[in-house]
Amino acid sequence: MPHTPDTADSTALHEEVRTTTCYMCACRCGIKVHLKNGEVRFIEGNADHPLNQGVLCAKGSSGIMKQYSPGRLTKPLRRKQGADRGTGEFEEISWEETFAILEERLAKIRSTDPKKFALFTGRDQMQALTGLFARQFGTPNYAAHGGFCSVNMAAGLIYTIGGSFWEFGGPDLDRAKLFVMLGTAEDHHSNPMKMALSKFKRNGGRFISVNPVRTGYSAIADEWIPIKPGTDGALLLALVHEIIKQGLYDRDFLVKYSNAAELVNQDPRSPEYGMFVRFEVPPEEGCFDPQNKLWWDREMDRPVSTMTLGVDPRLLGEFTLPDGTRVKTAFELLKDRVAEYTPEWAAGITGIPVETIKRLAHEMGVTARDQKIELPIAWTDVWENEHQTVTGNPVAFHAMRGLAAHSNGFHTIRTLGILMSLLGTIDRPGGFRHKAPFPRPIPPCPKTPKSPDDVQPDTPLNGMPLGWPADPDDLFVDDEGKPVRIDKAFSWEYPLSVHGLMHNVITNAWRGDPYKIDTLLIFMANMAWNSTMNAEQVRKMLNDKEEDGSYKIPFIAVCDAFQSEMVAFADLVLPDTTYLERHDVMSMLDRPISEFDGPVDSVRIPVVPPTGECKPFQEVLIELGTRLRLPAFVDKAGQRKYRDYPDFIVNFETAPNSGMGFLAGWRGKGGEKSMKGEPNPNQWQMYEKNNCVFQYHLPKSYQYMRNWNQGYLQWAQAHGMTRHAEPINIHIYSEVLQKFRLAAQGKGQGRQPPEHLRKRVETYFDPLPFYFEPLEASLTDKHKYPLSAVTQRPMAMYHSWDSQNAWLRQIHTYNHLYVNPKTASAQGIVDDDWIWVESQWGKVRCMARLSEAVEPGTVWTWNAVGKASGAWNLAPEANESKLGFLLNHVISEELPPNPAGAHVSNSDPVTGQAAWYDVRVRIYKAGADEPHETSPQFETMKPAPGTGLRRPWLNYVAGKFTRGGK
Amino acid sequence: MTQLALVIDLNVCVGCHACVTSCKQWNTSGEAGPLFDDNPYGKDPTGTFFNRVQTYEVGEFPCTETLHFPKSCLHCEDAPCVPVCPTGASYKRAEDGIVLVNYDKCIGCKYCSWACPYGAREFDEKQKVMKKCTLCVDRIYDQSIPEDRRKPACVISCPTSARLFGDVHDPESEVSIAIREGGGYQLMPEWGTKPANHYLPRRKTKIRIHEDELVRADNPLRKEDIRKEKSTDITLDDWLM
Amino acid sequence: MNPAFSVIFLTTLIGVGQGLFLALFSSQTYSIVNVLPPQPGSYYALGGAIALTFLVGGLVASFFHLGHPERAWRAATQWRTSWLSREVIALPLVMGLVFVYAAVNWLGLDADLFGWGLHGQIPLIVGTLGAAATLGLFLCTSMIYGAIKFLQEWASPLTVVNFFLMGSASGFAFAAAYAAFMAPGVVEFYAGWAITLTVAAFASRAASLLRNARIKRIASIQTAIGVRHSKVQQRSMGFMGGSYNTRDYFHGKSLAFLKSVKWIFLVLVFPVPVLLLWLGLTLGNPVVYVVAFAVQYVGLLFERWFFFAQANHPQNLYYQVVG
Ligand SMILES: Nc1nc2c(c(=O)[nH]1)N[C@H]1C(S)=C(S)[C@@H](COP(=O)(O)OP(=O)(O)OC[C@H]3O[C@@H](n4cnc5c(=O)[nH]c(N)nc54)[C@H](O)[C@@H]3O)O[C@H]1N2
Ligand SMILES: Nc1nc2c(c(=O)[nH]1)N[C@H]1C(S)=C(S)[C@@H](COP(=O)(O)OP(=O)(O)OC[C@H]3O[C@@H](n4cnc5c(=O)[nH]c(N)nc54)[C@H](O)[C@@H]3O)O[C@H]1N2
Ligand code: SF4
Ligand code: SF4
Ligand code: SF4
Ligand code: SF4
Ligand code: SF4
Ligand SMILES: [Mo]
Repeated sequence: MPHTPDTADSTALHEEVRTTTCYMCACRCGIKVHLKNGEVRFIEGNADHPLNQGVLCAKGSSGIMKQYSPGRLTKPLRRKQGADRGTGEFEEISWEETFAILEERLAKIRSTDPKKFALFTGRDQMQALTGLFARQFGTPNYAAHGGFCSVNMAAGLIYTIGGSFWEFGGPDLDRAKLFVMLGTAEDHHSNPMKMALSKFKRNGGRFISVNPVRTGYSAIADEWIPIKPGTDGALLLALVHEIIKQGLYDRDFLVKYSNAAELVNQDPRSPEYGMFVRFEVPPEEGCFDPQNKLWWDREMDRPVSTMTLGVDPRLLGEFTLPDGTRVKTAFELLKDRVAEYTPEWAAGITGIPVETIKRLAHEMGVTARDQKIELPIAWTDVWENEHQTVTGNPVAFHAMRGLAAHSNGFHTIRTLGILMSLLGTIDRPGGFRHKAPFPRPIPPCPKTPKSPDDVQPDTPLNGMPLGWPADPDDLFVDDEGKPVRIDKAFSWEYPLSVHGLMHNVITNAWRGDPYKIDTLLIFMANMAWNSTMNAEQVRKMLNDKEEDGSYKIPFIAVCDAFQSEMVAFADLVLPDTTYLERHDVMSMLDRPISEFDGPVDSVRIPVVPPTGECKPFQEVLIELGTRLRLPAFVDKAGQRKYRDYPDFIVNFETAPNSGMGFLAGWRGKGGEKSMKGEPNPNQWQMYEKNNCVFQYHLPKSYQYMRNWNQGYLQWAQAHGMTRHAEPINIHIYSEVLQKFRLAAQGKGQGRQPPEHLRKRVETYFDPLPFYFEPLEASLTDKHKYPLSAVTQRPMAMYHSWDSQNAWLRQIHTYNHLYVNPKTASAQGIVDDDWIWVESQWGKVRCMARLSEAVEPGTVWTWNAVGKASGAWNLAPEANESKLGFLLNHVISEELPPNPAGAHVSNSDPVTGQAAWYDVRVRIYKAGADEPHETSPQFETMKPAPGTGLRRPWLNYVAGKFTRGGK
Repeated sequence: MTQLALVIDLNVCVGCHACVTSCKQWNTSGEAGPLFDDNPYGKDPTGTFFNRVQTYEVGEFPCTETLHFPKSCLHCEDAPCVPVCPTGASYKRAEDGIVLVNYDKCIGCKYCSWACPYGAREFDEKQKVMKKCTLCVDRIYDQSIPEDRRKPACVISCPTSARLFGDVHDPESEVSIAIREGGGYQLMPEWGTKPANHYLPRRKTKIRIHEDELVRADNPLRKEDIRKEKSTDITLDDWLM
Repeated sequence: MNPAFSVIFLTTLIGVGQGLFLALFSSQTYSIVNVLPPQPGSYYALGGAIALTFLVGGLVASFFHLGHPERAWRAATQWRTSWLSREVIALPLVMGLVFVYAAVNWLGLDADLFGWGLHGQIPLIVGTLGAAATLGLFLCTSMIYGAIKFLQEWASPLTVVNFFLMGSASGFAFAAAYAAFMAPGVVEFYAGWAITLTVAAFASRAASLLRNARIKRIASIQTAIGVRHSKVQQRSMGFMGGSYNTRDYFHGKSLAFLKSVKWIFLVLVFPVPVLLLWLGLTLGNPVVYVVAFAVQYVGLLFERWFFFAQANHPQNLYYQVVG
């Protein structure tokens, strides 16, 4: 046995094992934390956890170094009087003072103009609570990371199939035979995806990856299809073209479960132009599709109402209704639409050979058709038809930000949804599967307020801060069509910005467009660095002053666990706990960790005590809510309702006696109920006893076809997951989009866009998907900036927050720009050369690394490895700041001035999704006399008071950590 | 005779580095620890790791394969690092073939690492002794660990289960079967070190589509061919009796 | 490899010590049979002490190489398999014998053990044992390097020959300088042999350089990772701040630097000392011998640095690219 005197007595130390949930990333794997004398000895994956089944990723295995990092904040801090923001000059204050400052400030705002308080949060998992707080406060200015992250994925698919990739659904790789992954590096479904991929490959499945870069998951693909960034829409449309042309679509599925066979009004003079023809007006409007549309009966050659028993409608064709109205089936319109989108056309745009595109379509279509899965599971659809089996077509897809983070992403992703539907793979074995609480109606029911009057002093917001517009009347604008929200979400500029536009908050607040705010509270987002576009300028805006010397953004509070770049710009710093130190819930009200076979939610339970004066942000919110007497947090007498966060979680109900709260497991007095039930005082203990996770297995007959599964929908309704047990038909053709288009065309009674946005809305609100060049590219001199620049997540780093981690930063200490050798040699660039990457917005100097695994028109780098000097309590000369770089400096948060305006966000015009990957650059060698250091550089941040000692070396042994370093 | 080893399936390894850091955390507080980290928050941070994941590119664009390649001590059957050790600190266990270093005997002469062609040994700059993968000898026999978890830390953490662990001398073991059936191979066999660890190569799945599969009688397009207008041209029917 | 100065000094210093001892011993042997003029016992004793000093110097240097010098004694246990262990035994043995040799000469111990009627039989016996041990030590030291088969630059009999010839040459050169002050009568003998050994060393070192220049690598990146494809490149070694494997196995210097070191040692170790020794022989100026030795020794430091640096460890196949 190897033996070292240092640990000879280790067995004498007390060891215990506690269960909780990892939060080294948003994936939320179950972990078992081994402690030795109270220090973390080993973190292992919990084998009894449904999500990770015992495995743990590189980040999860480095939790120890997060817990004991010297970058941690441990004291509430206030910016020193007179010190500039960004310099990181702080003084320690007490929590009492901290609360007093916040209380005074927020109370004043709330009683005057609540929207002057903005709360924006990053990659957190408590949007149910933060959203509740904002709503109760009465401010519309709330959102989380979705807008700069992947809202296109959510919106594009939810507006099409009622569910989505991301945390809401995924590929059923257990049964798929062909798996096509587009634009995914390392998703939130980190470990589960890896587990599934390897199982899939070992079972002989075929894995194709479409990505300009071949790393990570793509590395083990059977085929890599390099694509030019931003052109997946073209590829997918060509696939749809070829599949329709060859008749490789699942006709039966489309007819029954989508609006493909429904008849669309084709009379351009009609106010109903482009809308489905309806035979009656529903008596009551709900957020579901009433079954009042028409098919064309093949046999009788006349219109019939949809789902008429025994009728086989035409899927293709143009017809004339008895009243003379010309109509086409939605599928006919789709066929017309894709007629020009031939593989030959797409080849020119995507850089993928014609034969490859055709073969891809054929592989998908033939596999879907010929390798049908049939499971002996009887189920009943919403139309009361009994089915003896569940069938499926084993072609699965997955896609993430490679599609989403482009300004044409919404339509690209909608095309993907349509392609998946054509292949008949929605919520069926071997295809795409939903995860509770999805599927939801198209669009889901929640809506934001609709007018500025919905924001009133001392009053909760009249509606949700984020919602799902179904038509122009759902927008959150004033009478002139101007935005009510600081980020301009739900305005005519980005009507379906269902996750907000966090990436424009600082710029808008700084400019005072649409108005000035008073207090910005940032939780868990590094908006002065990696989650902001145009980082260099945004840092200036954060520190910019009015002529009278006051700050343009008067007050900034930041809740963070580490000394991030953002912390330096705070006036008030709230030190958060780590995931090992706090209670947390991964709630059904937010984005739970549900599995295909049913809802799953989970919790964190502290395994070590908080460090220093760290306080969970949850506790901060509850304390603040109580002090501000927000109705949800106080009783009728205005007295404190919840002792603390755990108490809140147990006892809060979405409505009085609704039986619904943050946690779905072990409800009811004795924990005998799930999903719904009275509060259970012992709920936390029951989670703790059960691996901190609650899993509900739906009966097999409820596990598939959930958009149309009567049993499931009724169950979901009974358990409060959906309002209506109505079918959720796939929107091959999107009436929602057409309604906005009609408004832009001046048709209809409702709201209409301001003049300068009419063209924009009309163009991008196309009820059928179409391809357009990413907006920035279309406004850029592409000869000058010939290359696309994108980033990828490294598997062993989570955004910016792992550079303080002594182990992980040894893996990714700095980053290179990866360039195809052909592209490099054209510029005379060789490995490790210092080069400039320049866009029309700015430039960064960095090191080049030649790679055969990148498409020649693309350059890429790892995301968020570069750091500002001194941030994260790294030494000023740390490689992250001297050799590492951030691509964000060359990405703009706004587009060049264009007809839609001078300050339009660099985002998808439908959803407001940040178009990170649209940027166009050129590269060239840095001068021989230039320093071998990345540019730009920023003034070194000082270690904040309360951060730890930056040890010169470590010799970590749990139970004795004090021996490490001086 | 037992020879414990790892078999690493390059066909599914996605290069996630989980095996790297789980190894680090297990071993730094284990019998082999502490594993030194130098300059952990400064310039050029460096430390003792028993396992590294490297990346290689094979071929030229667009026919590029990206290969993730984890490597720790291969527990060679004919381990050249053992006989050269002047102190006997390096040894290969008879009972299970694990190659270990006894830190108490090691004088830190580094000679064993010179004799390892695989770069699998790492000198601990703090303890001044040679270290290397122990195959988690302090886990795999620990009766207090549930049996199915009584495997190396890197193995239980690997999200793709690319790391198999077992006795390569037992022909019926999972690892032996994997080597046999998956084309398992050794690194640099030319040195005659007979590494116990094996690697499984990439495998490709292809789909073959036949022309006629695109036509097929049940093609749904046939349901949609809307009847054409009747032709008035003369046909054979007008002539034949 | 990344040359470690401790090892450079160890091998070069003990080389001088061993060579010096061989020089003293051979001259004493010759003098016994009257081929060379006899010298007083103190001459050999002092010479032996100097040789011992070189050996001790080498030993001290070697301790800098060890992580745990306090446990160095353990290194003697594996002589069955380890050349390093054998060296660890041989070195003190040589030192001991050299010490005894010096002592015997100092004390003037003598006896006609074999009845040959010749003086110096005891020094002769001790010296013979010492010489055998010295040759053994040369073998052990050089085989430490020569026995690692995948360090192809080293794995050759030439390594043994080189260590022996260069060590001896430098020892004889030192002996010449020593004798120039203490025993002018034997200077020519030493200098002559120093020239001969240096020329021989040149031949064998040149041979190893030529050999190394055309080494066919047995291992390749293909065999290292088991992928048969003509184009394989590392993209990342898996860490960026360096590690033991990047620090100890690569000198981190440019090819040009390596080349210049090669030329420096080729000049300093061989032609210059030969020239100086020859000059010494013609001029008879003792200082020239000192210079000759000094130049050669410095040259040997370069030579040894190059010896390590040139060795390309196959482990480097795995540690090529920071990324
Ligand atoms: N160029 C480029 N930029 C991008 C992206 C890209 O692909 N390319 N991706 C974008 C995407 S998708 C996202 S989601 C964003 C992510 O960007 P952010 O949401 O800003 O994520 P991070 O930088 O990881 O972390 C934010 C902060 O959370 C803090 N933190 C960590 N743990 C805790 C905790 O327990 N409590 C508290 N209070 N704080 C904690 C960290 O210290 C850090 O300061 O980046 C975006 N930025
Ligand atoms: N380890 C780790 N895991 C993470 C995170 C992390 O920081 N680290 N972040 C989490 C977060 S917040 C998010 S949002 C998810 C994001 O998960 P992903 O979407 O997987 O993350 P990205 O790194 O943005 O990956 C984008 C991929 O798309 C490719 N790409 C870029 N443009 C295009 C294109 O036009 N077409 C195609 N086909 N591909 C393109 C890029 O090469 C890259 O491989 O990951 C989550 N998981
Ligand atoms: S994927 Fe990794 S970091 Fe994320 S929750 Fe799971 S173990 Fe933790
Ligand atoms: S943990 Fe598994 S998948 Fe990840 S790098 Fe290691 S072997 Fe590969
Ligand atoms: S891999 Fe290296 S250290 Fe491990 S047994 Fe083989 S030779 Fe020894
Ligand atoms: S470093 Fe230690 S284990 Fe290696 S050869 Fe020297 S004594 Fe043996
Ligand atoms: S077997 Fe244990 S020591 Fe070896 S690499 Fe795996 S985790 Fe590390
Ligand atoms: Mo994200």
